[in-house]
Amino acid sequence: MKNLKYLWIGLAILAILSPIGLMASGDAWGEWGAEAFKKMLGFVPAGLAKFSGIWKAPLADYSVPGAGDAIGYILSAFVGILLVALATWLIGRALSNRERKDAKG
Amino acid sequence: MHIPDGYLSPQTCGVMYAASAPFWYMAARKLKKTLTSKTVPLLSIFSAFSFVIMMFNAPVPGGTTAHAIGGTLIAVLLGPWAAVMGVSAALFIQAIFFGDGGILAFGANAFNMAIVLPFVGYGVYYLIAGKADKESPRYWIGASIGAYVGINAAALCAAIEFGIQPLLFHTANGTPLYCPYGLSQAIPAMMLAHLLVAGVVEAVVTGGVLVFLKKSMPALLSDLRKEVHA
Repeated sequence: MKNLKYLWIGLAILAILSPIGLMASGDAWGEWGAEAFKKMLGFVPAGLAKFSGIWKAPLADYSVPGAGDAIGYILSAFVGILLVALATWLIGRALSNRERKDAKG
Repeated sequence: MHIPDGYLSPQTCGVMYAASAPFWYMAARKLKKTLTSKTVPLLSIFSAFSFVIMMFNAPVPGGTTAHAIGGTLIAVLLGPWAAVMGVSAALFIQAIFFGDGGILAFGANAFNMAIVLPFVGYGVYYLIAGKADKESPRYWIGASIGAYVGINAAALCAAIEFGIQPLLFHTANGTPLYCPYGLSQAIPAMMLAHLLVAGVVEAVVTGGVLVFLKKSMPALLSDLRKEVHA
């Protein structure tokens, strides 16, 4: 499996193209911010208001402070790809079966 | 389909964590037996692929958006338990770093997208393709149809989780506390977005990647099948 380099390049290309995903306007259904309910309903449901701000993500909405929308989105894509790959690699390495690895060389 | 915090009651969130936990435990046990030094890097690559493909929002009629997830692709390539782990990891990073999907709602989001999606997708794929050779069109067509059904099954679960909130959790005078939209609004909205748009994107992405891998990296696919099904 020596072709993995090309798959990583493929991921980098997708990251660079990711701002295509910004062109569609609006939020996904059920992913509106709490304030949006003021317009839609005239009020924000109490529990929704209480819990919606429970966590402040450092790169909320895939935006990077100080960077434009598209650049921030691309940077977020790269950061996310690296973090997900690292997390799964660490979990995978911790779990992967040594005996079978050895048996297969 | 990333449910933010505040849309589901804390009770619902607890139930959904409890529903997901045994699958995470089983995934760890299964992967301990099946993952090898060869498949770990591929799990990383395709989990990262799932992360980035979710950033490609497509417009849905009515002014909302939806996206592919890639869970069935991971299930077909590396097995459904690998997909549980890989998509859960992608969702976790999205919630923590990008605020996409809630922290309290992570159990629900993982249940929908990292558990229901890959198992339904893999099940449908397996019904159509069985042990078909990767050269057979049944391989990628089965995977594409599985991907379509899988993401729609996940969307239906999310819609039900949204839709039961106003029924179960409201003030004495009936004012909703969390997601204010009931089943009659959540199910049509979620299913429209996924039957018409996200499901089609998911099917095309899944079939497209498999055909691409088959054509450009046939050795990788064969190695992978031996490795995963050994």
